[in-house]
Amino acid sequence: MKYLGKMLAAAASAAVLVGGIATAEQEKKPLKIGIPVFLSGAAAGPFGLPERKAAELVIDALNAGKVPAPYTKIGVNGRKIAPTFVDEAADAPTEYRALVEREKVEVVVGYTSSGKCKAIAPLAEELKAFTVFIDCGTPQIFEEIVTKPKFLFRTGPTATPDNVGAARYLVDSGIDLSRVAGINQNYAWGQDSWRDFSTSLAALGVKSKIVDKQFPKIFAGEYGAEVSSLLTSTPTVVHTSFWGGDLEAFVLQSAPRGLFARTRVVMTTGEALFPRLAKDIPEGAIVGARGPFSIFAPDTELARWFAKAYEEKYGESPTYPAWKMAQALFGVKAAYEAAGVDATPEEAAAALVGLEFEAPAGIVKMAIGNGHQAIQSIAYGVYKLGADGKPTVEKVRTYKAECVNPPNGMTSAKWIAAGFPGAKCK
Amino acid sequence: MLKTIAILLDGLNYSAWLFLVAVGLTLIYGVMRILNIAHGAFYAIGAYSCATALGLYYSAGLPEAGAFLVMALVAVVVGMLVGLAIERGVLRHLYGQDEVLMVLITYALFLILEDSVKLIWGVESYFAFKPYAYFGFIDVGGLPYQVYDLLMVGLAVVLGVGLWIWLTRTRTGRLMTAVVADREISAAMGVNVTFIFATTFAVGTALAVVGGVATAPKIAVTPGIGVEVIILAFAVVVIGGLGSIPGAAIGALFAGYARAASVHLAPEFELFAIYAVMALVLAIRPHGLFARTDGRKI
Repeated sequence: MKYLGKMLAAAASAAVLVGGIATAEQEKKPLKIGIPVFLSGAAAGPFGLPERKAAELVIDALNAGKVPAPYTKIGVNGRKIAPTFVDEAADAPTEYRALVEREKVEVVVGYTSSGKCKAIAPLAEELKAFTVFIDCGTPQIFEEIVTKPKFLFRTGPTATPDNVGAARYLVDSGIDLSRVAGINQNYAWGQDSWRDFSTSLAALGVKSKIVDKQFPKIFAGEYGAEVSSLLTSTPTVVHTSFWGGDLEAFVLQSAPRGLFARTRVVMTTGEALFPRLAKDIPEGAIVGARGPFSIFAPDTELARWFAKAYEEKYGESPTYPAWKMAQALFGVKAAYEAAGVDATPEEAAAALVGLEFEAPAGIVKMAIGNGHQAIQSIAYGVYKLGADGKPTVEKVRTYKAECVNPPNGMTSAKWIAAGFPGAKCK
Repeated sequence: MLKTIAILLDGLNYSAWLFLVAVGLTLIYGVMRILNIAHGAFYAIGAYSCATALGLYYSAGLPEAGAFLVMALVAVVVGMLVGLAIERGVLRHLYGQDEVLMVLITYALFLILEDSVKLIWGVESYFAFKPYAYFGFIDVGGLPYQVYDLLMVGLAVVLGVGLWIWLTRTRTGRLMTAVVADREISAAMGVNVTFIFATTFAVGTALAVVGGVATAPKIAVTPGIGVEVIILAFAVVVIGGLGSIPGAAIGALFAGYARAASVHLAPEFELFAIYAVMALVLAIRPHGLFARTDGRKI
């Protein structure tokens, strides 16, 4: 009997021990994150690669517990992060389904193209998959496509602050806006950008004449006729939201023909040109970085760490797509850790609603889109090549997030048309 | 007035570019009856090769003017090598197959070559823009216009005329014309059809590579540029009539001016201006403007 008692005690101890190990194993189960970024196509070089590099850097650093405060805890809630990269250029909905249903990732973090985001947005809600868009600027995502989101988020700002900010910058800088032209890609991103920019000028009381508006096909690459049209319509300002290879080709084709010398060109994504075309961007061009990223980033410990670590690892400065990828990953970590140690994806998604978290680009507020869409400040400056051959900006103006974003529940178009009600710019 | 000048120049410039990228496609179809989807990949290979060669050339600190010689060499050497490799390695085993099957085969080649480009050059953009700025611009009635763009018009004219002379005034060209008319009879009469096919494919490929080389200094050379080109090239040759060199020239002019006029006068329609012209032409002449009437074989 005594022997039996010992056996039972030993068995009970073993069960507790096994259970403990099982719990520990469960705690250590890695957090599988699907990361769709452009790994091929024209957007891979300027977007997909820096995004992937940033993801690998941040994930490695988080897994090693080497990120400064407030992200010193290893991984996410102690769980190591296991990323799966897929090509955004492929059939996005099919790849997304594969990530969620076959790979069983807990969260999807990625997407740069507005077109891809528009396709994925309803799917994320349908599959109830915690999904965080990093970039894709079209405000349509939470204004028209998914108006009652639960699982879908975007931790990067929409295109609205880019274009409201550009309009405010031009007005505040006293630049001649009597004749305005635009060249934007012919899809949601380009059309929304031009709409927000041109209507913002009107809302700011500027009496501009729109002398030309070009909408070439995305990835067209050849803009000779468009540049001629811009030159012959003699604008005082040209607005463009071109990105990637299209922006590079536009600058290479228009600068030698004197477009930048004849008119002020404002490029909402111009900062992405810095690493490879620093010497070829005409000085005087007005450039943005789609938020307080990169050269416009605040001087915080996290910002310094990210920029330094990226430069040390890859030998180049991170452009804004890299900053936005880092921002999304920190957002996911902040959400999981706010939801608790054993948080499920659903609980983490619920915790991200309306959350304010720190990123290398400063505090991110999930303030609009019913708490699913981030807002941040926007900055613009005039491009100048530094004496050391490095790109710089001068005459920088920064606009607060609440100055360039609509309030929650109001669409960008209506907000701008109504004259920015509730904007807090002082 | 300035707008009219701009439309005239832009139309001419874009037409020249379209002709450069389309003429090789129509030559290959005309002689070999192969609708070569891989044409777009040859264009991309030309652009990448040019960017790489110019990068090496400039980094060696050699005189800028010599870059144009490098571009010419790249166009001829890369074009002929790639063309002969594909023709000898793949296509010669498949002659006589159905035209639709050949479309699928060249599509497969296109996909393989596109991925090969990514394997060799990666996905970063390449730049080779110094030649574009080398000659500067001239002022045409108040419109600054790059001399390089006007030189491309000259290149298109020289290539078009040269090709026409080659096909109509040389022995090889006439033999090609004979093969176009009837492959079996030509072979029976002693024409070396194998040689004609290999030459045609190499020249057609070289023309696509010339298009890529000439365009590289104007663009960011990125993965996927071949896809855009093949669609436009098809539109041009369909307007002109598949297999017709003068047709390619006229098709390029139609498409080029349609796009230029649209960009300047109604930018909203730019996206489908070329395809609207194509649809109109096909509605009136279903085989294109210069399609050769095939005799019915019994």
